[in-house]
Amino acid sequence: MASIAMDMLKAASDWLTFVFDAPFARAVVFGVNIGGHLFVEGLLIVVIVFLLSQKSYKPPKRPLTKKVCQGCLAAKGLSFCIFLTFSVGLGCVVPFETKKKNLIWAFLFLLHFHVLILYLEIDELCDEWVPEPLIPKMTDEMRYEPPILESAAGSHTLINGTEVINFASANYLGLVGHGKLLEACTESLEKYGAGSCGPRGFYGTIDVHLDCEARIAKFLGTPDSILYSYGLSTMFSAIPAFCKKGDVIVADEGVHWAIQNGLQLSRSTVVYFKHNDMESLRDMLEKVTKGNKRAEKLRRYIVVEAVYQNSGQIAPLDEIIRLKENYRFRVLLDESNSMGVLGSSGRGLTEYCKVPVGKIDIITAAMGHALATEGGVCTGSARVIDHQRLSSSGYVFSASLPPYLTSAAITAIDILEENLDLIMKLKKNIGTLCRGLSDIQGLEIASDLASPIVFLRLKKSTGSLKGDLQVLEDIAQHVLKEDSVLVATSRRSTLDKCKLPVGIRLFVSAAHTEDDLMKAGESLKRVAALALNGHD
Amino acid sequence: MITIPYLTALTTYFSYGLLFVFGQFRDFFRKIVDWWLGSNLQGYAPICLGLEDFYTRRLYLRIQDCFGRPIASPPDSWVDLVERVSKDNNKTLQRTAKISRCLNLGSYNYLGFAAADEYCTPRVIESLKRFSPSTCSTRVDGGTTTLHNELEEVVANFVGKPAAIVFGMGYVTNSAVLPALIGKGGLIISDSLNHNSIVNGARGSGATVRVFQHNMPDHLEKVLREQIAEGQPRTHRPWKKIMVLVEGIYSMEGELCKLPEIVAICKKYRAYVYLDEAHSIGAIGKTGRGVCELLGVDTADVDILMGTFTKSFGSCGGYIAGSKELIQYMKYACPAHLYATSISPPAAQQIISAIRVILGEDGTSRGAQKLARIRENSNFFRSELQKMGFEVLGDNDSPVMPVMLYNPAKIPAFSRECLKNQVAVVTVAFPATPLLLARARICISASHTREDLIKALEVFSKVGDLIGIKYFPAEPDKQQQDEGRVKLE
Repeated sequence: MASIAMDMLKAASDWLTFVFDAPFARAVVFGVNIGGHLFVEGLLIVVIVFLLSQKSYKPPKRPLTKKVCQGCLAAKGLSFCIFLTFSVGLGCVVPFETKKKNLIWAFLFLLHFHVLILYLEIDELCDEWVPEPLIPKMTDEMRYEPPILESAAGSHTLINGTEVINFASANYLGLVGHGKLLEACTESLEKYGAGSCGPRGFYGTIDVHLDCEARIAKFLGTPDSILYSYGLSTMFSAIPAFCKKGDVIVADEGVHWAIQNGLQLSRSTVVYFKHNDMESLRDMLEKVTKGNKRAEKLRRYIVVEAVYQNSGQIAPLDEIIRLKENYRFRVLLDESNSMGVLGSSGRGLTEYCKVPVGKIDIITAAMGHALATEGGVCTGSARVIDHQRLSSSGYVFSASLPPYLTSAAITAIDILEENLDLIMKLKKNIGTLCRGLSDIQGLEIASDLASPIVFLRLKKSTGSLKGDLQVLEDIAQHVLKEDSVLVATSRRSTLDKCKLPVGIRLFVSAAHTEDDLMKAGESLKRVAALALNGHD
Repeated sequence: MITIPYLTALTTYFSYGLLFVFGQFRDFFRKIVDWWLGSNLQGYAPICLGLEDFYTRRLYLRIQDCFGRPIASPPDSWVDLVERVSKDNNKTLQRTAKISRCLNLGSYNYLGFAAADEYCTPRVIESLKRFSPSTCSTRVDGGTTTLHNELEEVVANFVGKPAAIVFGMGYVTNSAVLPALIGKGGLIISDSLNHNSIVNGARGSGATVRVFQHNMPDHLEKVLREQIAEGQPRTHRPWKKIMVLVEGIYSMEGELCKLPEIVAICKKYRAYVYLDEAHSIGAIGKTGRGVCELLGVDTADVDILMGTFTKSFGSCGGYIAGSKELIQYMKYACPAHLYATSISPPAAQQIISAIRVILGEDGTSRGAQKLARIRENSNFFRSELQKMGFEVLGDNDSPVMPVMLYNPAKIPAFSRECLKNQVAVVTVAFPATPLLLARARICISASHTREDLIKALEVFSKVGDLIGIKYFPAEPDKQQQDEGRVKLE
């Protein structure tokens, strides 16, 4: 049955071909026998003319604008021309096989029709697309206004005309407003002007920059160091300079945003371990290296902070060094909150844990804390530093640190080396404050007892970061209003991936007096007792 | 578009090839020596990757003396360059006590605020005494002083937007603001020659990044149409928002952004415009308000204005200006506002004072003079260079003018020869530019006098002849032309 039908179809098609071919059987163009081509061509032209005469496609909801319609017509015309050229061209080249040829025509035709529709569609899509607003809807928590200082941010400062005790500035050594520092800055400002007007590579290197790099390296006992013009940019430039796609990084889950950003920019494989938990670190190191022969060829790093900005805890460096040597990892250490604070002469965590500084491969630090200036510094072996001078984006592509701030850094280190009692004083102050806060209601001290950041977190969370922050914010507001003590809550950016609990941060300074510390402790205790009654 | 002559392209490739081959040779022997001495890595992978490091060791170090030259003075029109010597074949450089006074054509000191200024410096020192060099705190905690608020008001007023927010570093402004503005599901369409800080910011944001050909509005439109039609990759959901990132003046090209065309296209397709005015703010426009003023674009049509204070204002830091809500949101979400120390108060004062001078609020016309001078200087220098036959990129009015060098050997040659003649210039090569397109970059300042510029032109002409970088025929002087005609008659 089927074969009969097929035969009939074949006969019919043969007959049709014969009929089509008959009038032009001997038509020859440029020496090529074109056969039934002209007929097919004519047929297609008829179809196109028919299509062109039709009204342009209109979406049901919205008519196309005038401009769009012109665009359609242009597209139609264009596609028609292309079609004609194609068909004539192909007709001359393709050998006489009607069926195949017809297939090609049909295909080409569809293609052009498709292009045409596509053009219309893109116009329509562009018309219909509605972007989200640039920023989300404003909520009350976004309208927070920070306190405005009317004088230098020393241990005591002016807010709204009243003197307050400042626990919001990481002025650990009390160098804000130090006479020698101001003198050095003034001298530098008069000599070099305010800005450096160029990146380090292009006449933005001023002799004080080189002096400062040498001074810091000498202070920390490392071969060399490199200055960055902002504390925040130090980590997120230094990490991608040494870690690329494929490298392995094991990082603490509590690292601050600059490090998180650096890890993201490096595109390395990042594994997080539990905050300050050496067991978890060991597990992660084991997991990453075990059975992974490729890992040996990759660069492997452990990224930790000396004093965690997000919790005030201190990393157990001796344990980390043991693990690092065992698993052959390199260590990147951020000493932003420990340089000038920890250790008997303020050389940071390495001195505090009695680890030779050479064991740490890369040390970074922000100078906007203990040194009371701005900028950041990275220190390590000469190779590590030289590599950054050409590969670290925040160093190469940014204007250098203003010279007066560089002079300030040099002077701050001089002051520190001459006055080691500042560190003792700070240590004592931390002790005093922690003792004063030991029996606070509803809150607990989460930070290490040697950390200059005293971190108070809620004993019982309200269940959400937002809720917690609101409670803490209320306490901070009351403490400021009623007792003139300025403390800071750990506000988080929406981009921060840190999951640690929020808290109240008190930055202790060597310039705080015993009375200041007692008053802060009393005030916090009183307000917390009122606000967190029943939270225990 | 830069069209490089065939012969030059060939010789440039040949030079780099030669450097590469010799470098590989040396590395090969180094490897043998290392193997002989025994590896000291002890199971660690090398900290610097092979090829990246290869460029530094075998190419960059050879001409290291042309970069990072230390100065012992403010980066004003003339600088005291500290001379350096190398005892180990340029691997390391030691400073000497010798100083040479050079004409500075490299610093971004567009308006001449780099050196001590009669109006600014006393105020800066006063602020220093009042507020100390640093607040040691972030803006949200205890780092906002009255000076910071004043600065934000002054900046918003100056650039013509309702509100502004400032940060302590220009680079951080871009790289920390972009992630706060746009994230996953968003699309960033970035100019192909945008600054590294924008590239890093875009990369850190998690948004999809597409690139359009440098300063080509037509291509931007094509990319926009394609992307809107296609939607997000894989899911084909519509994009949440689209942001187009452009710069006012491209620092390596000296070109002005085709802002009116780009803004028109962005409006048509409802994309947001982010304009980085790092080099243009303060330097161009009748009252120094940047590329918007120069090209007649209403600042209301640009959604986000970004700029830095390092260049024209002789300070440090950067700003974002936009609607009040945008700035309020930035203060809530931007990590640089929440985690970075606030901008140093004396630096803030320098910016406020510099803007006052530019606007004439100091009671003099110094600001207007500076603006007129930089425009005059730039156009004079550019036209003279072009007359001499140098290949100069960029547009008129732009104070940045790259002069093409092409061959790698001409980079140190140009730099060192100019230095011998007491002119300090900046040369730029790979990776800041494409491999073939090495160039010298000249930044003109309002503090340059006509004599300074004429001296620089003389030196350039001499050096240009010596090393052969006058790629175009020189335009004959009028006198010569006249003489020629007389002879013909």
